Amino acid sequence: MDGLPLLSLVTFLPAIGAAVLVAFQRGEDALAARNARWLALLTSTATFLLSIPILAGFDPSDPGFQFVEEAEWLGGLGYRMGVDGISVLFVMLTTFLMPLVIAASWNVTTRVKEYMVAFLVLETLMIGVFCALDLVLFYLFFEGGLIPMFLIIGVWGGKDRIYAAFKFFLYTLLGSVLMLVAMVAMYAITGTTCIGACPEGVTALLDYPFAHEPLSFLGWQIEGGVQTLLWLAFFASFAVKMPMWPVHTWLPDAHVQAPTGGSVVLAAILLKMGGYGFLRFSLPMFPVASDLMTDFVFVLSVIAVIYTSLVALAQEDMKKLIAYSSVAHMGFVTMGIFAANRQGVDGAIFQMLSHGFISGALFLCVGVIYDRMHTREIAAYGGLVNRMPAFALVFMIFTLGNVGLPGTSGFVGEFLTLSGAFQVSSWVALGAATGMVLSAGYALWLYRRVVWGDLIKQSLARISDMDAREKAIFAPLVAGTIILGVYPSLVTDVIGASVEGLLGGYRLALAEAAMQLAQN
Amino acid sequence: MTQIILFAPLIGALVAGFGHRLTGERFALLATTGLLFLACLLSWVVFFSLGEHPETIPILRWIDSGSLVADWAIRLDRLTAVMLIVVTTVSALVHLYSWGYMDHDPNWKPGESYKPRFFAYLSLFTFAMLMLVTADNLAQMFFGWEGVGLASYLLIGFYWRRPAANAAAIKAFLVNRVGDIGFALGIFALFFMVDSIQFSTVFGKLPELAGQTMTFLSWELPALEVIGVLLFIGAMGKSAQFILHTWLPDAMEGPTPVSALIHAATMVTAGVFLVCRMSPLYELAPVALGVVVTIGAITAFFAATVGLVQNDIKRVIAYSTCSQLGYMFVAAGVGVYQAAMFHLFTHAFFKALLFLGAGSVIHAMHHEQDMRHYGGLKARIPATYWTMLIGTLAITGVGVPLISIAGVPIGFAGFLSKDAIIESSFAAHNGFAFWALVIAALMTSFYSWRLMFMTFHGSPRGDAHAHEHAHESPMVMLVPLYVLAAGAVLAGMLFHGGFVGHHWAEFWGEAIFQGPQNHVLEESHHVPVWVKLAPFAAMLAGLGIAWWFYILDPSVPGRLAASNPAIYRFLLNKWYIDEIYDWLLVRPALWLARTLWQRGDGATIDGGINGLAMGVVPFLTRVAVRVQSGYLFHYAFAMILGVTIFLTWFALGGGGK
Repeated sequence: MDGLPLLSLVTFLPAIGAAVLVAFQRGEDALAARNARWLALLTSTATFLLSIPILAGFDPSDPGFQFVEEAEWLGGLGYRMGVDGISVLFVMLTTFLMPLVIAASWNVTTRVKEYMVAFLVLETLMIGVFCALDLVLFYLFFEGGLIPMFLIIGVWGGKDRIYAAFKFFLYTLLGSVLMLVAMVAMYAITGTTCIGACPEGVTALLDYPFAHEPLSFLGWQIEGGVQTLLWLAFFASFAVKMPMWPVHTWLPDAHVQAPTGGSVVLAAILLKMGGYGFLRFSLPMFPVASDLMTDFVFVLSVIAVIYTSLVALAQEDMKKLIAYSSVAHMGFVTMGIFAANRQGVDGAIFQMLSHGFISGALFLCVGVIYDRMHTREIAAYGGLVNRMPAFALVFMIFTLGNVGLPGTSGFVGEFLTLSGAFQVSSWVALGAATGMVLSAGYALWLYRRVVWGDLIKQSLARISDMDAREKAIFAPLVAGTIILGVYPSLVTDVIGASVEGLLGGYRLALAEAAMQLAQN
Repeated sequence: MTQIILFAPLIGALVAGFGHRLTGERFALLATTGLLFLACLLSWVVFFSLGEHPETIPILRWIDSGSLVADWAIRLDRLTAVMLIVVTTVSALVHLYSWGYMDHDPNWKPGESYKPRFFAYLSLFTFAMLMLVTADNLAQMFFGWEGVGLASYLLIGFYWRRPAANAAAIKAFLVNRVGDIGFALGIFALFFMVDSIQFSTVFGKLPELAGQTMTFLSWELPALEVIGVLLFIGAMGKSAQFILHTWLPDAMEGPTPVSALIHAATMVTAGVFLVCRMSPLYELAPVALGVVVTIGAITAFFAATVGLVQNDIKRVIAYSTCSQLGYMFVAAGVGVYQAAMFHLFTHAFFKALLFLGAGSVIHAMHHEQDMRHYGGLKARIPATYWTMLIGTLAITGVGVPLISIAGVPIGFAGFLSKDAIIESSFAAHNGFAFWALVIAALMTSFYSWRLMFMTFHGSPRGDAHAHEHAHESPMVMLVPLYVLAAGAVLAGMLFHGGFVGHHWAEFWGEAIFQGPQNHVLEESHHVPVWVKLAPFAAMLAGLGIAWWFYILDPSVPGRLAASNPAIYRFLLNKWYIDEIYDWLLVRPALWLARTLWQRGDGATIDGGINGLAMGVVPFLTRVAVRVQSGYLFHYAFAMILGVTIFLTWFALGGGGK
């Protein structure tokens, strides 16, 4: 595979598929729709197959970037791609899930071609985010992803789709504007946009020591100086994407209105960009500021876990409930990242990957019954186990994953992040651990109301169980959830060296900063 | 061999759960039951061929994050071996019993296939329980811990058409999870202090921790005490100790074989096992041990008082279980882990016997569980009567006090193990625990005989039709009763020497650690005569009062209840603890949930922080409606173009620098 620009191929193959669809696919009839579906499925499957050599060829003992590609781009701007232990599995998560999302969208009947194009473009942009090693490139992918998602909600969404789409768009865009300003500033300071694996003589942003001496501004003393300002700007963007409390309210609306496929991508992959951003930018580039802000993030994380878990208890709409549960689970992620120790960061990455499987699958579960009954209202269901035993089993597995039962992937992330947080603050660990009870509360209660009980509602009397296509979609997700729960070393082995490298640099920077402070 | 014991039930569960459509119902039942009997047989072989030193059998890597390493592995020592035989023996018998009990279950419609599912759950539970007891690190133990919780949830909610069963299932899971917070934090605290959660490593490092403090929440506390108490909170949840006990009585919604296996003999004893497993830690944490004794004694007393007045036959036995678990914790708390394990062992036999006997009664009475509708069943179901009588003699502690042959006292199982605990609590100079247990022994005797008298003696009450058709259970149900009855008679006398008698040192080997100053077990052999007689006297008193109340003059209980309505209602309503929780925790949480959602997310955040966006949205919506259909793509294209131009400008501008 040497010499092949594998990362670029994987990144842009979906876009090429989309281009082919746009260029050659004409008409709105059933045949055209069928072709569009199959072409999209084929493209995304090919992308997944093509991404396997990346993981196979990845050297887990090397903490640096691998599969690095560089090229000149507009006006001396670098096109630079590469993956390390932190990003490679997110690439795999994306390529793994996209064929399933396409397959789950088989029932979409309006504007099928455009729908598929949007998803394929989105896939390119998402993979790009995790591969980009250049600020501008990263920004393009990161913000570009907004557009197809915006369209997916706005065109194929539910009744209030326009409101939800704009709420989604505005929230994330407002956060991003600040990030853009910060990027311009970083470029002004360092003279480069190269994040890592840079050419000779260029200091990568990851290694650049951004100033952290306190600044005075209008009589305000800003601890951590430039680092803090940059950190806050990035935080604005990542916190919205994550989403962290209190900027999470766009997520439930977006999920409720989005079509099933959109919800899956949103929960499983798009949210992970926030956590990835913290790991790629905030922690390594602004260590002093990250350290200063740790308590702040901890408080928001714990509030997220408790607050949104409680709110989930009160939901009457299945998708909203799962959306709130997502926010709570992301609280564990931010807590783990800013615990800034091995267990915390390992756990955060694991939790993000695991949540990709579990929340994605939960939204697919909702999709299965929504396709049949066209309602997401919990009260409209009850006793489904009577007629849908296969669905009951699948839904149970992912409910348990969501609850964090040991043996599913959900446990490992929670366990590691909590144990990481405990080493920093037992208050934080205790606060977040209450999420163990609350998550069991809302998840099992949802299950009880939808699945258990006698089937008495007339409208459900003829509901049918999952068909072969639906089972085929869930099979890999079930396997992934259980395999990662039983043998999580598959993940921790890959990410270990890079996480250790990240934390080593982080501690070193903090130690140096402390020494500097002592000398002054 | 241990691997076979461990995985046989899992294979059975998978075959029955997923394969029963291919293999047929009968094969699924045969497979699970057969594999369980195989596991049981091998467990006894392991028990008798156990080596001197703890053995570790690796299976597979598991969690590996920096210094936090936990692999799937088996730790085989005497503690594990004892639990292996308890779990597999009772489970195998319960599997067999269920062939009869679950046949023709009226809760299901004709043609519905529920048996493979039931047997799959039973085997799944057994697997999880075995993972718990064979764990060689705390994370794996936590896996088993939550795994049995899952199986318990599934089995309590087995009759999923019944709302009460669903509610009880969720309640059991949630209350256990509250305890699990403590357990998890205990694991984290231990890892934080010794950098390992592997038992062998941890036990080696614990002595260094003595005297060390750690910051827990906002306080500087002795590390070992903190860890000990946190782990015990987990044990309280699983073993239904006072304040976290509320799920156990409700768990009786599950089919009766489940109650016997999970909620009497095995799962609920996991907490006791945890404390004994962590004896090297608790020996260095006197305050934590004090908490264990106190909670155990309160539970033993509290649950016994509630058991006095319950009318549902299963609830009486459930509260009895709760109370007996309290006994075990008292033993562990005074440092006599051997006696705790001894009672755990004998209790498994006679309590499973009582539950399965109750199941046989319920089966005979067409699923009537209210003892007020029983009476005079002795003649109708004699085999059930005689086996339950043996169980009652065992739990109330009938034996010959003060006389022993070759150092082994003579009596039914409970006589030896319960008295060992009561004597230990006296030898440890814990007056509170001692008297709580003696009084609880009186009440145990009363409610146990009350159950027997109300069920089997007197004249038939309630539905005459049901009484006429009351029939003895089939052989598959009676054989387990006979086996367990033999255990209830003999388990105490046969194993006394090893567990708590003269051979305890070589029996336990390195499985249980006792500090050099801990001589309570030795001293318990030499307590005054009146102490040895006290539980016996309490047992006789309880029997006498029950005889008076339910045989001689059955109008006494009613009159007593009428003249002391406050006390009666207090006990009947289980000290109102469920009501207090509902009022104190459940309602406020739900209120808070709604408030946070509507006021917090709705009014404050959406209305405030993003007020700007909200203001802009209607305007944009109007624009959007116009550009929507068909034009939306152009609109998006314009946005992409905008972003690109912006970035290019930025890049070129910077590039010139």
